[in-house]
Amino acid sequence: MDRLRQTITEAVHGQSQPTVTVLSSLLAVQDAIGYIPKEALEEVAAFTGKTVNDIWAVASFYPNFKFEPLCQHTVEVCWGTTCHLVGAMPVMKSVLDTAGLREAGDTPDKFLSVGYNTCLGACSQAPVISVNHRLVGRVSPETAARRVSGLSALPKPEDGHGQ
Amino acid sequence: MVLSYQDINAQAGSRWRSLTSGNLPWVRVGSALCGQAAGCEEVLDALESAMERHGVEGNVSHVGCLGLCFAEPLLDVQFPNGPRIFYGNVTPESVNRIVSVHLREGNPVTPLALGFLSNPDAAAGEEPPEGIPDLNLHPMRVLEKRIALRNAGNIDPGDIYQYLAVGGYQALHKALTSMTPEQTLEEVATAGLRGRGGAAFPAATKWRFLSGSNAPVKYILCNCEEGDPGAFNDKAIVESDPHTLVEGILLAGYATGAAHGYIFIRHGHDGPIERAREAVQQAQELGILGNSIFGSDFDFELEVALTGDSYVAGEETALMDAIEGGRAMPRYRPPFPAQVGLFGKPTNINNVKTLSYVPEIISQGGEWFAGIGHEQSTGTAILCLTGDLNYTGMVELPMGVSLKDVLFNVAGGVPGGKDLKLVQTGGPLGGVLGAEDVDLLLDFEVFRNAGAILGSGGIIAADEDTCVVDLTRALIAFCQYESCGKCFPCRMGMSHLLEVLERICRLEGGAEDLALMRNIGENMQAGSLCGHGQLGFNPVSSALKYFGDEFDAHINGRTCPTGRCLASRYSPSQTRR
Repeated sequence: MDRLRQTITEAVHGQSQPTVTVLSSLLAVQDAIGYIPKEALEEVAAFTGKTVNDIWAVASFYPNFKFEPLCQHTVEVCWGTTCHLVGAMPVMKSVLDTAGLREAGDTPDKFLSVGYNTCLGACSQAPVISVNHRLVGRVSPETAARRVSGLSALPKPEDGHGQ
Repeated sequence: MVLSYQDINAQAGSRWRSLTSGNLPWVRVGSALCGQAAGCEEVLDALESAMERHGVEGNVSHVGCLGLCFAEPLLDVQFPNGPRIFYGNVTPESVNRIVSVHLREGNPVTPLALGFLSNPDAAAGEEPPEGIPDLNLHPMRVLEKRIALRNAGNIDPGDIYQYLAVGGYQALHKALTSMTPEQTLEEVATAGLRGRGGAAFPAATKWRFLSGSNAPVKYILCNCEEGDPGAFNDKAIVESDPHTLVEGILLAGYATGAAHGYIFIRHGHDGPIERAREAVQQAQELGILGNSIFGSDFDFELEVALTGDSYVAGEETALMDAIEGGRAMPRYRPPFPAQVGLFGKPTNINNVKTLSYVPEIISQGGEWFAGIGHEQSTGTAILCLTGDLNYTGMVELPMGVSLKDVLFNVAGGVPGGKDLKLVQTGGPLGGVLGAEDVDLLLDFEVFRNAGAILGSGGIIAADEDTCVVDLTRALIAFCQYESCGKCFPCRMGMSHLLEVLERICRLEGGAEDLALMRNIGENMQAGSLCGHGQLGFNPVSSALKYFGDEFDAHINGRTCPTGRCLASRYSPSQTRR
């Protein structure tokens, strides 16, 4: 627990850019540990001289903030307009089926998190997914499923990018 | 130590000559978001190991987006003083052949080559490579006029010296040494430059609001939030040529008397963020940002600020709230940002594309820029062509080209011999345009009069297999997810619209649903602070205008003509709190 606090404190106090705000502090924590625990809300509140409520108001507004520890792997399916038109829905179905999930969220064993992204920014390569924050374009339901099942075979996120 | 402008340029020149006319071949690999999604990292790994295996030496650069995204992963090989030979859709296997044949033996792999670009530095009369087409004759490039994108895909965005070597920061030097701020602003006015973020407001008029203020602290904000699905040109400029943007921001600061700026990017778009930060740091190191730039009395500080995921954070007042660290929600106007903006100080906000034109406008003159384009829409349009098109990618075309030409010539038409059904322009709020109406000129007024928005330049094509009701549902699902929640007509209206559209997609719609949606739409338009709610009914109204019979089939015929609505549908169940 102390280590968590220490990492959070370092992330918040270690910001090098001139403009330091509630949002930038939360993003620094998210970058450091991948989610915003209660301790981070308290730390950012103390650091910025605001209340925990003020900090929660900001943290709860932006859907990229997570409030629970991350799963080992993260897959995001882009559901931007272009991806939707060229097949994001069948890709989503295939990813969810492979993960054994009915809707976006974490698997019970915290192995894999499946989510949406409003636009991953590589629309020319649609449909696009991201696997552990690496983009994979021109996927089909089959290739997306292979990426996801490829993750099961390899335990560590950094080794899990498939072939 | 701060070097003089001449010293910096001399260094840039010698570095550039060692790349282009030394002894080694130069390999440039497209590494922007499009390249990454297509697998450029595997290609780079394969390139490195093949060069090692074959004992070949060469300079390898990561470049940005050349625009031919359909051909990613894309790389090119250039021998000293020779043409650039491009290879598209490369794989680790083809890279091996390119290394062993082209890099090692010096012979282009003709069957794999996409095209060549001749070397502007080479002596006249250079023989074009045999059997390889001129890339400038490719449909995607033939109509292009590259101003803001002039360096994209050509230089390493992570190297300020490459930017300097191709004429970078000359415009800034010219303005600081031979033009007053007023003359700089006047040049932009003469150019007729209008905002490329969507509103098409004259940039010089906006700048005058700021230059007229005597406040000691004023801000220039560059909006790279770019949440529009289907548009990636802002990110592509930052990823491909960030110094053009930095130079444009500096010129805007000089013209308006502002000494502070922010580039605002969404957290998670790591490529653009990294490039922007790197560019700012390099410019600081060379004294191009900081105090007394190029020995003048002009000072400027620039910082990269991040937002969390929020589409509305791209709205100019919400953007200021996000930089200040709060929830990205629009403010009431007046007061306008030029009077009370970021941290309460006078502020000017421009889109990435708008600012990226400014260096060339100052270099070549406002008259030159005004001579390009169509009537009141001067200059070029930077378009992202995606969806059901043969050539997807990014192009910079003079205003006045017809959208039909863009779709059927530049982008090569619809794959598989299918018919075009509609295009979706200007982001989700821009609505749809039926195929019969795509014979429009790229021009802000022409688009507006046709009820469409050129917006930030995203053009998404959909073929005959598209279900319009399903597409409308997806667009409204996006708008609902992204509503910031400040104005209840937008917050509740979007949810209500989505509920109705879900019902119609399930073939359970009722006769009263269309009137109900119109009623919601009118209330959203009347009762919302920003464009998100005001324009939020556009996807539905435009779809009804062109494809009313398809809604009728779903509601009264209880059938989805394309069958798309019968398949599984997903959208996020949880939205912002």
